[in-house]
Amino acid sequence: MSDMGIFTLGSTIVVAIGIALGVMLPAIAMGRTISSALDALARQPEAEKSITRILFIGLAMIESLAIYCLVIMLIILFRNPLLAYIVGH
Amino acid sequence: MGAEGFAANTIFSFGSITITSSIITTWVIMIFLIILAYFFTYRLKLIPKTPQNILESIIMVMHNAIQEVLPEHVNLIFPFISSLWIFILISNLIGIIPLLNSPTSDFSVTSALAILTFLSVHWYGIKVCGFKNYLSHYIKPSFILLPFHLVSEVSRTLAMAVRLFGNMMSLQFTALLILMIMGFLVPVPILMLHIVEAIIQAYIFGMLALVYIAGGIQIQEEKIIKKKELINE
Repeated sequence: MSDMGIFTLGSTIVVAIGIALGVMLPAIAMGRTISSALDALARQPEAEKSITRILFIGLAMIESLAIYCLVIMLIILFRNPLLAYIVGH
Repeated sequence: MGAEGFAANTIFSFGSITITSSIITTWVIMIFLIILAYFFTYRLKLIPKTPQNILESIIMVMHNAIQEVLPEHVNLIFPFISSLWIFILISNLIGIIPLLNSPTSDFSVTSALAILTFLSVHWYGIKVCGFKNYLSHYIKPSFILLPFHLVSEVSRTLAMAVRLFGNMMSLQFTALLILMIMGFLVPVPILMLHIVEAIIQAYIFGMLALVYIAGGIQIQEEKIIKKKELINE
């Protein structure tokens, strides 16, 4: 198999596994966050405003981890800087 | 709705300054907002009619949101945070109109906004608490924590930029990919997600900027309150 072939195959497999892991784990974390926010809200409904605010900030923090993973995967797939080494040879 | 990959589309360049489509869109949004603000506040009445009512309700919502976090210094911070909110909201939503790119899907724009927030944390901290007090809070719990404080400040600024950029760019990109692969009306659910995410990300960016500024101001506030209590006793 040519260099380019191995490179493409490797990129594809790595991106598929990477994006799957990078989305599953933040999803678990977000599920736990929302569940404990709902528990707190059920226990004390008058704290709704600050619970909602803290919930959204926490969710954004966790979601940004999934976004980091997505950005790196998109870079590997579409704008791979290491491609220059293979094309050059 | 289309973004051709990651590169910003250069419209023209003179010398070493390149004008990309993000710059032109940003300027158009700015001019549009300035004209809108001028026309709505042209003659303010005590009993307002509909346009003034809408504006007042928007400003009240933002004012209350900031007041929950920082009761004392609302008027100091309100212009900055509300401008961030309005500008980022409009820039995010412009990506839905076909043939227009959101400026916030350009990493340069989001890092500029993040650097602005970073500098404003220091600015407002020094303005409220004084130069020495503000600098001394870096060494406060212990001197060993100084590198952690510095690294955390830099990394959270970078995280803000990447979060906004990643969300906007990936949504635009996904819509384009689905359009190319599947067909004409298929990206509609993705566009609905885009609208929701655009609004949420604008809210999050402003909220995080507010929380960081509040953190920079409030560590000193406790000391000042304690000093006042000691003086009053």
